[in-house]
Amino acid sequence: METGELIPHLFRTEYRKIVSVLCKRFGIAYLDTAEDVTSDTFLTAVQVWGLQGIPANPSAWLYQVARNKALNQLQRQKTYAQKVLPAVSAQEGSAEIDLSPQNIIDSQLEMMFAICHPSISAEAQVGLALRILCGFGLDEIASAFLSNKETINKRLSRAKEKLRNEQVCISMPHAGALKERLDTVLMTIYLLFNEGYYSQSQNQILRKELCWEAMRLCTMLIEHEPTNQPVANALMALMCFHASRFDARLDQHGEIVLYEDQDTTLWNTDLISKGGYFLHAAMKGGLLSRYHLEAAIAYWNTQKEDSTQKWEEILQYYNQLLMMAYSPIAALNRTYALSKVRGAALAIKEGEKLRLTDMHIYFALLGKLYEASDKKTALMHYQTAYNKARNVGDKNALLKKMERLS
Amino acid sequence: MEEYLLLMRLDILTKENQPSPEQMQEYMKMYRDWVGGIAAQGKFVKGVGLSTEGRVAHTDGVVTDGPFAELKESLAGFIIVKAESFEEALVMAKDCPILGGMGNSVEVRKVQQNGNR
Repeated sequence: METGELIPHLFRTEYRKIVSVLCKRFGIAYLDTAEDVTSDTFLTAVQVWGLQGIPANPSAWLYQVARNKALNQLQRQKTYAQKVLPAVSAQEGSAEIDLSPQNIIDSQLEMMFAICHPSISAEAQVGLALRILCGFGLDEIASAFLSNKETINKRLSRAKEKLRNEQVCISMPHAGALKERLDTVLMTIYLLFNEGYYSQSQNQILRKELCWEAMRLCTMLIEHEPTNQPVANALMALMCFHASRFDARLDQHGEIVLYEDQDTTLWNTDLISKGGYFLHAAMKGGLLSRYHLEAAIAYWNTQKEDSTQKWEEILQYYNQLLMMAYSPIAALNRTYALSKVRGAALAIKEGEKLRLTDMHIYFALLGKLYEASDKKTALMHYQTAYNKARNVGDKNALLKKMERLS
Repeated sequence: MEEYLLLMRLDILTKENQPSPEQMQEYMKMYRDWVGGIAAQGKFVKGVGLSTEGRVAHTDGVVTDGPFAELKESLAGFIIVKAESFEEALVMAKDCPILGGMGNSVEVRKVQQNGNR
């Protein structure tokens, strides 16, 4: 590997590990310091490697330099504590920086729980996770959120301050609190995945990376016995099934390809079978979460054949999902499934009750439902959908539907 | 939006009114579609089904086997929905598939909320 691609690669894989270990050692109040020491380590690497060539084991080199810089930092903290705050005893514990593989894994898991703390907003959690747990740059985070660097930086700073003020511990929650805290972590991973999967951002590579990162974080939870809960497996299954269609759902211009128009040979069968494995593991315990229901729906969406059973099951899962967590998209999808099982007439009756009149896809759905029975009304709904759609790809898809009808 | 309680009562005594297992399966689907339809409008708050097992405590300290065996209609479950008006809640209740069975009923009651009496 050339230095040119080696550094970004190492940054992506090693930054999060070093930051997590250092932050755990320094305490959450010193998250900024941990980030500074780590960034400084990479800067040193660029300078030294540029002159002397790349060392045999770049990761080990980074760990060694980070360790020395961190020890200096601890020494400064100690001096500060002794001189400025004489009452405070010197830094407790030995002056050691443990960069063993086990501590690297443990520290990252503990950081995951510290960052996904209920005291900060879900949006800030996703941002911090991208920065600290995934090693994303501010530019990339800003691009993913369709925002700018300054805004993101402010948001992250506020979140860090909150963690500092709350004196959040960098440790695994105790058994009694694990379930609740795990739910927050999983929600952040779910949002991170959705940010990549449904984002309006045109940067396809970045979007994919967000999804892979969400799956990587979830894998870490599954590989750790206490957090290897059915609900974590359900989320993993859901992400695998969705990600299996990643290449089929966007065309070469980055436009969404509708499910029914997708080239099924582009579906990733490896991810589909992985999803099946995790869904099976998720069934232990008998508890149904929204991730279970969404994974079950996503499973049926990986089945190419249309069958009554397929749509009956999808309908029932949507019924349950909506009772647990309402969302407009789920309500629309449920209505589509209803038309597949109980016919368009009933689906129209139920669909018109939804009144999601600010969504263009609501009118696109009504148009579709009316197609067979009443072309005029169908065209009227498609026209409304066309007027409300903002995206060129959506408008083009609707134009095609209207042309086909008239 | 106000909350309304929909109390569902089933006749579990009259022999000829009891559904076959196949009908029960079908009713179950219809029931889930009904609740799902309410949830799809974002108007489902919560709901529970009740088992037919029950006992009744009376004022004199006597406990009898329930649900009230002397009443034809026994409480089978309830759901709480959000609705703009009593009328809207009543429309939802009228669509409840248990009304397809003889002797069954759905009672609609407005939930008393704090500061909204």
